[in-house]
Amino acid sequence: MKSLSEIETTVKRATKAAGFSWGVSEDVGKCVKVLELFGLPGIKNLNQYYKDRNIKKFECLHIINEKNFSTSGPYCPIILGINFLDQIKTIKQSKKIYFKSIGYPIIFLSFLSRASEIIGKKIYIKIDNIEFLLNYNINILSNFFNQNQLSNGKNVEIEILDNQDNFSDIEWKELYKLSENTFVEETESLKQGGAGAGLTDND
Amino acid sequence: MNIKLRDPKEIMKLSRLGSFHQSKLSFLRSFLREFKNWEFKRDLFNLDEKGFGESVYSFKKKDRVYSLVCFANRISDEERSDRVIATKWDAAFTLYDGIPSKDDIKRLKNEVPKQEIGRLSYKELTLSRANKSVRVFNHVVENLSKGQQPDLDLLSKVGYLYRTTAVYGSGKFGLADRFRIKDREEINGPFRLEMMLVYLVRQFTFDQVNHVAYYKDPKNAVKLEENICKNLGIGNSTGLGMAPFIVNHPTLLNNWIMSRELALQKIRQIKKVDIRDSKLFLECVKNSLTNITSWNTESSYQQFKIKSLLKDVQNFLDYIINQFDFQVDYPFDKIYKWLEKESCDECVEYIVSIMMEPYNEITEPLVKLMSSDEEKYFDIPTDKTVEELRIIIEKEYSNILKINFEKKENNQNFWFISKNKEEPRIADRYKEFGSELEQPLAIARDIKKLYHKLIISKNSLSIAKFLSNNSDLRHVVRRAFIKEKFPYSEIQDNTISKNTIPIDMLRLKLSFFGALKFDPRSDKWLRICMFQGAPLPHNLKNYDEQWVYKVNL
Repeated sequence: MKSLSEIETTVKRATKAAGFSWGVSEDVGKCVKVLELFGLPGIKNLNQYYKDRNIKKFECLHIINEKNFSTSGPYCPIILGINFLDQIKTIKQSKKIYFKSIGYPIIFLSFLSRASEIIGKKIYIKIDNIEFLLNYNINILSNFFNQNQLSNGKNVEIEILDNQDNFSDIEWKELYKLSENTFVEETESLKQGGAGAGLTDND
Repeated sequence: MNIKLRDPKEIMKLSRLGSFHQSKLSFLRSFLREFKNWEFKRDLFNLDEKGFGESVYSFKKKDRVYSLVCFANRISDEERSDRVIATKWDAAFTLYDGIPSKDDIKRLKNEVPKQEIGRLSYKELTLSRANKSVRVFNHVVENLSKGQQPDLDLLSKVGYLYRTTAVYGSGKFGLADRFRIKDREEINGPFRLEMMLVYLVRQFTFDQVNHVAYYKDPKNAVKLEENICKNLGIGNSTGLGMAPFIVNHPTLLNNWIMSRELALQKIRQIKKVDIRDSKLFLECVKNSLTNITSWNTESSYQQFKIKSLLKDVQNFLDYIINQFDFQVDYPFDKIYKWLEKESCDECVEYIVSIMMEPYNEITEPLVKLMSSDEEKYFDIPTDKTVEELRIIIEKEYSNILKINFEKKENNQNFWFISKNKEEPRIADRYKEFGSELEQPLAIARDIKKLYHKLIISKNSLSIAKFLSNNSDLRHVVRRAFIKEKFPYSEIQDNTISKNTIPIDMLRLKLSFFGALKFDPRSDKWLRICMFQGAPLPHNLKNYDEQWVYKVNL
């Protein structure tokens, strides 16, 4: 088994060799490491992407808008990912972002995962019919399991989720009520002595 | 009294960093303190009469066990090389996480002697190999087998029986990634497992030499005296592999240097020094003279440094003994100021290290701050502006901005990774092929490039937008923001100049390891000695903390 350190170093060097700058290569190394750590096929997709780049055209998107339509080929997932990461504090103002065609979107996913950590918000992404939930770069939930390469995401929708509970108020109240069964009902004497300050905390 | 931390622009110059010496903060010393109460055992010793075979040594505490698995191999003299291009070694080692099973040992026997081309697993933590100092090893075997102890003069010239030529960790060749073990309290310090490996290898060398001597003449052989063992260490040959590490781990570098600087600051702030502490300090300085006078090297560069160091330490002792009164307020501050005025860099840093000796209460908490999670600081704050970044560079890199990279000598060299061994190298860009594949280690030059781009960019431009047009400068934008938070994270010098001495970078790292007797073999590699004078494993529970200054061969 390859260690994460080996994965990061080799990806960094391969990315530089593929024509990206050292700084971008450092980021790609971290991102692919995260994908592999989360059990997603980062190496597989990156390797195939670097082969495809030699024969296919990928478009570079530098400034990200709410709606982005590629015209000369799918977006390069690395340039898009780097810019998404760099611009996330501006992008987060938009609740939904749309991309028409991203090449090898699994690679792009890793940048979104880091973006989720930076803004402290979950990010939902739908690549055609595949869904992912990116949780602060701690994990990625998806229905993309045991699959390998995804060479193109034709329609990609991203939603930056507001921080809110995953449960209803009723569910919370019910559970809280159950938790109260671990508390002790305070008698007068406990009120006086239990906290040490008596009934007044004035100096 | 408020004493400022020393200026990074002075301290982080290569010539100063290359004058650092071991101290109480050094990793091999903090390793010994951490593991002194662990149970040491030799679990397996399966060597043939010539000393070839396998053995296992362990440190154990409660449920945690670390085991050194050693493989001693037969190699011919022609195959023995300290260079990284070697493919066979006298012995190869791995530190196993737990107790290795027979199957593990069988698996490791197949992989560990191959080193870089073998595959390790997440169960192994560190990997190393070592070669005998054949002259010393054979001499010791010869004498012990005849019932006599070896010639101490010869031993003192070399200082070890074996020298390691590389120690790998942190995920290399399939070894366990750091994240798997980083929460273990006992290894909360940099390179602690690497230090453990080297320390246990040292014990293996003594056991092996005794074993071979015994089988040479079972009737007459004696064991190497314990006091001689104690005064032998483990050698190490180190090349350029270490240099990029300190550039590529800026926050870690900061934490090492910052700990040293904080220790010095706190010691200078002591108003009244206890007489016991001043005595201990003085005793260590006096005892340390043996370390200087027994420091052998053929390097004229190092000989000059040793000569200046010896002269300056003697001057310093003369000053302390004849002119200085430890009863004054803030005596260590006064001493420091005297050193800055009267001594060479090598001597200043030498005495700074020794100042720490009486002050466990200062150094112990700092040891715990010497690790770093680099990833925490990896993201670039892209919402900042060009103006903010420019101000950081003007403040943090002012000396770097003065370097003229148009001059050939300031842009002479390039760092690269060799295809043959995947190891860092440095070469003259005007004479050698390959500078288009330069590694991003010319930080000073690239910072200056970044600065030139910034001054022609709009002040209010966000870094996010700046980067979208200047991707080639991304690595230095990241560094500048790290430097803003971590004052000692950057070497304040040109690492590609004609005048750069790469071993200064090696020496900085080795001093934090706790190495003694730096012996440059060129400007690109050197030999050192580790654990010379250190307690043996069975004496760890109650050992003399100042053993470094009591080497006696």
